Amino acid sequence: MQTRQPMPNEYSIDVQNLTKKFGAFTAVNEISFNTKKGEIFGFLGANGAGKSTAMKMLCGLLVPSSGQATVASFDINKESEKVKKRIGYMSQKFSLYQDLTARENIRFFGGIYGLSNKQIKEKTDELMERLHLTDFANTQVGDLPLGWKQKLAFSVAVFHGPEIVFLDEPTGGVDPVTRREFWEMIYATAKLGTTIFVTTHYMDESEYCDRVSIMVDGRIEALGSPKELKAKYHVKSMDELFLQLARPETVKIF
Amino acid sequence: MDRFLAFVRKEIYHILRDWRTLIILLGMPIIQILLFGFAITNEIKHAKIAILDQAKDTHSKALIDKLLATEYFILDEYLSNESEIEPIFKKGNIKEVILFEPGFGQRLEKESIAHMQVIADASDPNTATMLLNYTKAIVTDYQMQQNARKKLPFSIDIHAEMFYNKELKGVYLFVPGLIAIILMLVSAMMTSISITKEKELGTMEVLLATPMQPAVIILAKVIPYLLLSFINAIIILLLGYFVFGVPIHGNLMLLLAEMILFILTVLSLGIFISTVTSSQQVALMASLMGLMLPTILLSGFIFPVENMPWPLQLISNIVPAKWFIIIIKGIMLKGAGIGLVWKETVILMGFLVFFILLSIKKFKPRLT
Amino acid sequence: MIQIHGISKSFGNVVALQDINIEVQEGEIFGLIGPDGSGKTTLIRILTTLLLPDSGTATVMGLDVVKEYKNLRRVFGYMPGRFSLYEDLTVEENLELFASIFGTTVEANYHLIEDIYKQIEPFKSRRAGKLSGGMKQKLALSCAMIHQPKVIFLDEPTTGVDPVSRQEFWKMLKSLKKHGISIFVSTPYMDEASLCDRIALIQDGKLLSIDTPTAIVGQYEKEVYAIVSNKKHELLQDLRRYKDVESAFLFGSHIHYSDQKVSFDPRELIQYLEQLGHGEIEVDKIEPTIEDCFLALMGNANKTADA
Repeated sequence: MQTRQPMPNEYSIDVQNLTKKFGAFTAVNEISFNTKKGEIFGFLGANGAGKSTAMKMLCGLLVPSSGQATVASFDINKESEKVKKRIGYMSQKFSLYQDLTARENIRFFGGIYGLSNKQIKEKTDELMERLHLTDFANTQVGDLPLGWKQKLAFSVAVFHGPEIVFLDEPTGGVDPVTRREFWEMIYATAKLGTTIFVTTHYMDESEYCDRVSIMVDGRIEALGSPKELKAKYHVKSMDELFLQLARPETVKIF
Repeated sequence: MDRFLAFVRKEIYHILRDWRTLIILLGMPIIQILLFGFAITNEIKHAKIAILDQAKDTHSKALIDKLLATEYFILDEYLSNESEIEPIFKKGNIKEVILFEPGFGQRLEKESIAHMQVIADASDPNTATMLLNYTKAIVTDYQMQQNARKKLPFSIDIHAEMFYNKELKGVYLFVPGLIAIILMLVSAMMTSISITKEKELGTMEVLLATPMQPAVIILAKVIPYLLLSFINAIIILLLGYFVFGVPIHGNLMLLLAEMILFILTVLSLGIFISTVTSSQQVALMASLMGLMLPTILLSGFIFPVENMPWPLQLISNIVPAKWFIIIIKGIMLKGAGIGLVWKETVILMGFLVFFILLSIKKFKPRLT
Repeated sequence: MIQIHGISKSFGNVVALQDINIEVQEGEIFGLIGPDGSGKTTLIRILTTLLLPDSGTATVMGLDVVKEYKNLRRVFGYMPGRFSLYEDLTVEENLELFASIFGTTVEANYHLIEDIYKQIEPFKSRRAGKLSGGMKQKLALSCAMIHQPKVIFLDEPTTGVDPVSRQEFWKMLKSLKKHGISIFVSTPYMDEASLCDRIALIQDGKLLSIDTPTAIVGQYEKEVYAIVSNKKHELLQDLRRYKDVESAFLFGSHIHYSDQKVSFDPRELIQYLEQLGHGEIEVDKIEPTIEDCFLALMGNANKTADA
């Protein structure tokens, strides 16, 4: 990885006491963290721990109840439109239009981010080649195998060169080989300076991250590199750590 | 039986808990009938009339003054004999002609009964009916004023007649037509959507993997919608009767029985739609385009079937609502008994059996 | 308990299943393990009489899935991949509905689902749609068990579920096994393989292997080394460029490496990595995991397909 000695303002994401309440329920409770340029940041937590709410706030889709955050140096409260231009987003559920071809999807999303037709065309050809998709560029996305779809969706999410890309469970259900290829794409993208903000239910994948946070009941319960965390909590794997941290709270919910 | 009841209960929960849809379903007939009713029977003012007063006595003059004092009527001209009536209607600017018989006032005083005649231009049937009703109301009012001072009450007999369009087609027609459309909407559309919804949500997959018989699943869906449709039909009848004075001349029990028959027919149609579609959206489109449009356009609800070109007349025969509208019009407006509508009733039963058999044949006990 | 002989199924041009043969014994937890699109759901739907196979036969509890589907539907339990209960009915209403479908009552079979259901019982008057993911699962399992089936089919019960709920779910399956119920479960998570008595690995509609997890691991021919260095992201590329590399895959914090040569000497590899500037290098021989086996078997399958 590249050398990382960021200036205080160089955090790609900088979150201070971010809180979101829905009525009496606090979904996100004063979380604070930051990510550096080119860092792969794993955002973990059980279902319902507040991950997606936090992610939506960072993408400028939800207004926080209190606290501040900057994404790509823009305030998510006041400058959410500027934030949206500088991020990429991909989720397991929605990423591409299934009834458009790969090429049409890229064109559409490239257009959304204001890329010129020439730029789109050049980059599309290059991308198709890199993903070995050239023969399938005119196939409807719905007919592609899941692994290809997810790789394509990731490429589309980073197509406009965002400073940060948010990945919401990008590898759910993907076969083990393609899952690894996917992570290799993530590494390559991070190396170019894009910050990767990723959620996953595969605990082995959390080991691929530079740093991870584990959310429990709206709070960040643990934050650090996988190695540090495992040492701190005296566990052998991230899986064990996750079960140890998340379990008592989850039992309370039930 | 327990299974069946458990399923009926489940369907009722589905309907009651989706209260937004329920409000629409129950509110729709009310809004529709009010819209149709008032759009058609808008208040009429300043209608031009002609008067043929063959009595020219105090009573006839007083009545004429009273009629013209209202804002409804404007006198166009006095006629001098009956032969002028037809030409004046043909000119087209007269809506109504009022006739007093010779010796109108005299007969009223001596025989306590006198006759007058009201002839309306029924090429616009709604206006004609409205004007007729206004006239009747004013005459009745006059009669009551007079009787208040008299020991022996007298009565004025109004003989109403329609010029052109003598049967007054189209006036009350919107109530039977509306019943047909609302029942179509609630029964066919809602059942087809409710069944396809289970396919979409995957609950049908779970049900298929149980010993539950498909016929029972579907029958249980039909019961609550039968009830809901029936309530709707009753609401329309009541509104039609009390708000717009649409009469029910025939046997009420026969009318209700025919309505249940029609509801069952369209329910079977809804089930059929759901067996050939797999998403709520397609079911909705199929119900709207495939059922609602033909029902509105070809059933005789808006456009009289006998005025259609013959290919459309032919097609109108496969629209169940056409037969239902004939039945319900016969019973409500003409006071027909089963003897007069048995043929249409048999046709509706035929539709019912046909769609049920088709649905059973089309229903697959597996996923496709 | 379940016998599958030469089952094949295609949808149009897509071959979903190709000549599947499996036998499941009474009282075992049998895992069907493979990624999305490998044919897991199709196979389970054929076994639950919801789809017809193109060829081959299958019986569940001695009943043919095609000819005797009506009788068969009385005796198995089924929990499909996505939550398929009525979201506008309460927890209790859902459970009672499924009990009445099978002509039984919740009380009669309460003992069977007690362990699972008592966890959601405090919320029995809550609508199913308002439950958390873990609670929905428990309800779905309760509904699938309410008629005391001898065998249950679970299609990806743990997909999209966090590790905590996954672990709880497997505990529930273990307790069902104690009641003598045979369990046929599919999952895309390789790490769940070790929780099954026997597993079948499936990819692109073909079985890669079928045996106990230990036996499958035992059949793995190569030695696996877990390697880590201080330059994590470069390590993978560097290992792939090593002269005798057979395979190198990311595995959590480490990279699992297999060498082509039987006479592999780790010291040689360490030297190679040091030359490339890696520090804190660790190379440890480890037991291969099911995922290692799957990756290797997938590689073999692709090689034969290409040849």
